[in-house]
Amino acid sequence: MRFTVPEKELMFPGHVACPGCGGALAMRMVLKALGEKTMVVLPACCWTIIDGPFPMHSLQVPVLHTAFETAAIAASGVKAGLDIQGKNDVTVMAWAGDGGTLDIGIQALSGAAERNDDIIYTCYDNEAYMNTGIQRSSATPKGAWTTTTPEKTPKSEPKKNIMEIMIAHRIPYCATATLSYPEDLINKFRKAQSIKGTKFIHIYAPCPTGWKMAPDLMIKICRLAVETNIFPIYECENGIKYTINIKPKNQMPVIDYLKLQGRFSHLTQKEIEQIQKSADFEWELLQYRASQDFTKTKTYNHKLKNNQKLIKCITKCND
Amino acid sequence: MKKVITGNHAVSYGALLARSQVIAAYPITPQTQIVELLSEFCASGKLNAKFIKVESEHSAMTACIAASATGARTFTATSSHGLALMHEMLHWAAAARLPVVLANVNRAMGPGWSVWTDQNDSLSQRDLGWIQLYCESNQEVLDTTIQAFKIAEKVLLPVMVVLDAFVLSHTSEPVDIPEQVMVDKFLPSYELETKLDITNARSYGALTNPDHYFEIRYKIQKAHNEALQVIKDVDNEFYEQFGRKYGVVEAYRCEDAKVIIVTSGTISGTTRGVIDEMREQGRKVGMLKQKLFRPTPIDELRSILYKAQKIAVIDRNLSFGHSGIFAQEIKSTLYGLAGAPPIYDYVIGLGGRDVTPDDIREIIDNTFKAESPHDTIIWRGVRL
Repeated sequence: MRFTVPEKELMFPGHVACPGCGGALAMRMVLKALGEKTMVVLPACCWTIIDGPFPMHSLQVPVLHTAFETAAIAASGVKAGLDIQGKNDVTVMAWAGDGGTLDIGIQALSGAAERNDDIIYTCYDNEAYMNTGIQRSSATPKGAWTTTTPEKTPKSEPKKNIMEIMIAHRIPYCATATLSYPEDLINKFRKAQSIKGTKFIHIYAPCPTGWKMAPDLMIKICRLAVETNIFPIYECENGIKYTINIKPKNQMPVIDYLKLQGRFSHLTQKEIEQIQKSADFEWELLQYRASQDFTKTKTYNHKLKNNQKLIKCITKCND
Repeated sequence: MKKVITGNHAVSYGALLARSQVIAAYPITPQTQIVELLSEFCASGKLNAKFIKVESEHSAMTACIAASATGARTFTATSSHGLALMHEMLHWAAAARLPVVLANVNRAMGPGWSVWTDQNDSLSQRDLGWIQLYCESNQEVLDTTIQAFKIAEKVLLPVMVVLDAFVLSHTSEPVDIPEQVMVDKFLPSYELETKLDITNARSYGALTNPDHYFEIRYKIQKAHNEALQVIKDVDNEFYEQFGRKYGVVEAYRCEDAKVIIVTSGTISGTTRGVIDEMREQGRKVGMLKQKLFRPTPIDELRSILYKAQKIAVIDRNLSFGHSGIFAQEIKSTLYGLAGAPPIYDYVIGLGGRDVTPDDIREIIDNTFKAESPHDTIIWRGVRL
C-alpha cells in the first residue's frame, strides 16, 4: 500500500519562519501525524516567533508558550491537568530547539523522562541558537562557525549526543527523524502517540540562515546528512532495542555535506578528514548497537556484560 | 474537629480540603512536612490529585502554571532558595493570570546556609504580581490556605501564603480542621474561563509587541486593586461559615495608642502579649499586624496608623542599601499625609535569631523615648 502524507493541514500560511526553515516544515509534518487532538508546549525558541505574535496563531491546535528551560515540565503539567479532569485523549507535545533541549532545558527534560511522564518531547535541532542570531549551542557540531565561535576559533567540541542521554533514561521510545524522509518521520510520531510514557524525538531541522546556505537546499542537506552518516535515522525502544530505519544505499563522503554550507567553509582538508573519521566511527558504533538484540539476553539486566561488549567494540573501532 | 498539628501540616490540610487537583513540589527544609503529608493524602486516596514529584522548584512552579492553564486547581509549597529558584516562573504565573496557590515557609537566604526564619525570601518576590498573606498562627495558616484558592480564582492572580520557619512550620498548636462538606460549600470547584481547550485552538503567552503588552500589565494592577475588596469579602464569607476572620490588617488595642508597632508573621503573637502587659501599666501602645502585604491595604494602614504619634515597624528582613521592607512600605503609604507620624524602622531577628518579649519591650520603650528617627535603620540585637 502506498504511503500518503495526510492532507489535512494543521499549520497555516502566514507564519513568520525564514525561507527554507526546517523547523517550520517539521511542525507541519508532525501535526499531520498527530492530528487535531494535540496540544503544543513551546519554550523560547524560533517557534516562539514562527507561530506569530499575539493575537496571531498559525497552528490549528492549542499552544502554551513557556519559559526557555521548561518545555518538558510544562508539557507534564498540561498532561497532569488534563488527566485529572478526565481529558485523557489529548496528545501533549513539548516542542523545543536544541538550546532548549540539550542546554538550558536538559534538567527538566531529564526529570520528565525519569518520571516517564506521558508526553512527546520533540527537539527540532538546527545546531545553534538561531533565534538569538546564530550562537553556538552544545548541539553545534565540531568545526562549525557561529557568531560566538568565529572562523578563527570555530567550535572545538563535538556535538552533545542527546539521543544517548535520552536512551540512557530507558524511556519507551527515542528516535531521530528528518525532513527528507517524511514517511519515516510521520510513522515515528504516530508510533510515539500510541505509546504511554516519555517519547523523545530528535528532528534534524536545517537553518539555511544560520548555516549560510541557499534555502532551496534544505531537503537536500537533510538527505546528505543521512547519506554521510552525519545524522543517522534510527530509533531505540526501552533504552535497549536499536533499529536503524534508513540505511542509505549510497554512502556519501562528508565533504559533500559540508561544502554546501558556509558555516564550514573555513575547514581545512585535515579537519574534514577528522569529521569523516568521526562520522565513520559513530556509524559503526550505531550499527553494532542495532545488530545486537539485547532484549534476547538471558536476563534483561545483564548490563555489565553488555557494557563490556560495547567497550570491546569501541576499542576495536579506535584501533 | 480539633487537632494538634504543626504549621506545615496546617498547610497540607488546607490544600487537602481545597481539593487541589495538581500538586508539584520539591523538598526543602523547612517545608518538607507539607509535601510529605500531601503525598500520604494522595497515596491513601484521601486526596484525588496528580502529585508531580519534580526535580526542582523551577519545575514545580512551571508544572503548576501549565496544569492551571488547563483549568486544574494547583498547589505547591516551598521556602527560601526554592522560592528564589522559582522567581522566573513566579513572574510567569502572575502575568499569565493563573490562580496558583503557593505556601512559602519564610527561611533566610544563604550564604551562610540558614534554615531559620526571616522574610527576605518572600519579600524578594514583592514586585511580581502575587498576592502575599502573612500568617501568625497555625489556625490562620490553614484558614488562609483555603481562602487563598478562593481569592486566586476570583481575581485570577496567584496567591502566596507565608508562614515563619520553625516558629510556625514545626510548632504544634490546636487547630480546628473544618469539615470537607463545609469547605466544599465555601470553595466549590471552579471553571477557568479561558484555558487550554482542544476544541479552541488558542495560543497563550505569545510574543506580545508594545501595542498590547502595556495594557496587560495595567490589567494586573487593576486586578490587584480589585483584589483588596475580594480578599475582605472572602474573609467575611469565611467568617460566616467558620466563625473565624483575620482582616487584611488587624489593629490590636490601637484606639488611643500613642505608639503603634507594626508587625507581621509570628512576631505579632509575641508583640500581642507585650502590648497587653504594657496596657496594664497604663502605656498607650497598640499593634498593627499586617497580614496582607500585596496588594497593599493602603486605606486600612492609613486610617489606623495616622492617629498614632509614633510608629515602630518591626522588619525581620532588609533591603540592603536601603532599609527594612515593611518600613519602606509604611513610609510610602503615609507619604503626603499632613502630620503623619514619624516612622522608626527596627531590623531584628535576621536568620532566625530569636525575637523575644524583651526585644519588643525595648523597641517600644525606645520609640517612646526617641526624639526622631535619626537613623534609617535601628538595629536590634546586632552583636558588634
